[in-house]
Amino acid sequence: MSTHQNPSPDPEVEGTGAYTWTGKSRRWFLKHLPPDKLLPEDQPSYVASWAYVFGMGAVAGLIFIIASGVVLSLNGPQWYHVSSLGHFTNSVHLWSVELFFMFLVVHLWIKFWMAAWRGGRVLTWITGMVAFLVSVITAFTGYLLQTNFDSQWIAFQAKDALNAVGVGAWFNVANLGQIFMWHIMLLPLAVGAVVALHVVLVRAHGVVPPLDAAETDAQLRDATTGGTDTEVKQP
Amino acid sequence: MTRIPSPMSWRKGDNIAGRPWRGRVRDYDLFKELTIGLVVVGLLVIGLSAIFSSPDDPGVTLKSWATAAPSDFVATATAELGGTSDTAGYGPPYNATPDATQKLGFIDLQALSGVRLPIDTANDFVINPLKTLPSPPPALAVWAAATADQQAKWAADYTTALAAAPNGDPAHVAGGNYGPVPALTLALLAMAGNGNLDGVLQNGGQPYNLDYTPTILFLGDGGYFPNLATTAHLTGDQWGVMNETGNTPGQSWLWLFSFFYQIQPFKSSPNADILVVSVMLLLSLALTVLPFIPGLRSIPRKIPVHRLIWKDYYGQR
Repeated sequence: MSTHQNPSPDPEVEGTGAYTWTGKSRRWFLKHLPPDKLLPEDQPSYVASWAYVFGMGAVAGLIFIIASGVVLSLNGPQWYHVSSLGHFTNSVHLWSVELFFMFLVVHLWIKFWMAAWRGGRVLTWITGMVAFLVSVITAFTGYLLQTNFDSQWIAFQAKDALNAVGVGAWFNVANLGQIFMWHIMLLPLAVGAVVALHVVLVRAHGVVPPLDAAETDAQLRDATTGGTDTEVKQP
Repeated sequence: MTRIPSPMSWRKGDNIAGRPWRGRVRDYDLFKELTIGLVVVGLLVIGLSAIFSSPDDPGVTLKSWATAAPSDFVATATAELGGTSDTAGYGPPYNATPDATQKLGFIDLQALSGVRLPIDTANDFVINPLKTLPSPPPALAVWAAATADQQAKWAADYTTALAAAPNGDPAHVAGGNYGPVPALTLALLAMAGNGNLDGVLQNGGQPYNLDYTPTILFLGDGGYFPNLATTAHLTGDQWGVMNETGNTPGQSWLWLFSFFYQIQPFKSSPNADILVVSVMLLLSLALTVLPFIPGLRSIPRKIPVHRLIWKDYYGQR
């Protein structure tokens, strides 16, 4: 019978009690994503602009897209043609997509003018762009699922671009079964995963400071000299 | 010597952008902001849905086509029989028509994908559906007994005769030897007119089928379906890729994709689709990796839109 021995401590994680994969993962997450970073109660003083609402607007739009999409898919593709509630749900799905893209594109351009990739935030930019591109493909498959004249014509016209790049058999725009699978499963999973990663990265790295911000700026100097401000609080 | 990264660099350097913020902070409530966002966007969505609704123009069936434009239907069925329709000459993934693929230089992805969704227009669109009728037309046996050259000649002669007839009306075609083609196409017209062809063409004899490829391709080979799309401003040369039926906004985010189809050299190129898709992939990739591209990543500094975005910050310097 062997006696239990504590494993030798890993120098990397000494003092943390973490020597398993799970423990090391927990330590990594707590280091990079501490709870006060994930769910912050304050933000740098410069995070005060109308420009910051568009990212949250896109997230809100996405939530309405998913909710209305779940209702539509649970009732099947024919429901919205014959039910007034179904038609309204279809309208909610359409208009949340339109708003989602409007917010997303404005958000993207504002982040460009902010050069928001600075200071180690490049993956946040890349995941944002990937979220946009995957959303474009997802929306396209939604237009193919309308099961009406518009979707028939889009299928006829769009097949050429997909066939020209050699993917027309696996992404067959006239095959409702395939497109249904792409639209309600694979692509939403991809959009959800990329958007979740994007939001976590925003929290992990924090909001990028203004271009040309300098140590001599009042907002920074006050923090080091202990100056007070009635409108903004000290960290 | 340590190289100091440019202030526009994506690298994490020892500067304000790379360090945790140590200046003043303001109160921020993430969940409150999300809730406000949901309420505002929710009201907008419900308001827009209630006011503008969403379009739902009924789809086209082979029955509605045969009823509304019988001459066009017969002319298209003749082209399918003779192998001269767009689908018959499309190439992969539907058939192996030589030199039909779109190429990007020497790269031919369309040919590489192979004939994955095989379609023989004469048999799949005309002959096989007619065989499912309770009393198949005797003309089927005449067609089957003829050589391929004879079949092609009958179909070509009938196509010419239809084009010369007033309004392309099969009832006023000049006399000639068209073999079984008029009987076959008129039988198919009757089959479509009473609604049988839609089911047969789409389900291929199976009880379950969600694949509308044959129906969509057959419709597209005619003139009726594309004419409806032109009237609804949906065709490619009308920026149709980003349009929706009626006045509802469609996929406006595809504006750049649609734009390239309107200009040369794409507009008149036989390889337009592969060229436009390639350009869009390149541009999308460039925007994705823009932080790594010197020059482009410095544009935000040269055109100071950020002064507007962070107006309060700069005002308090």
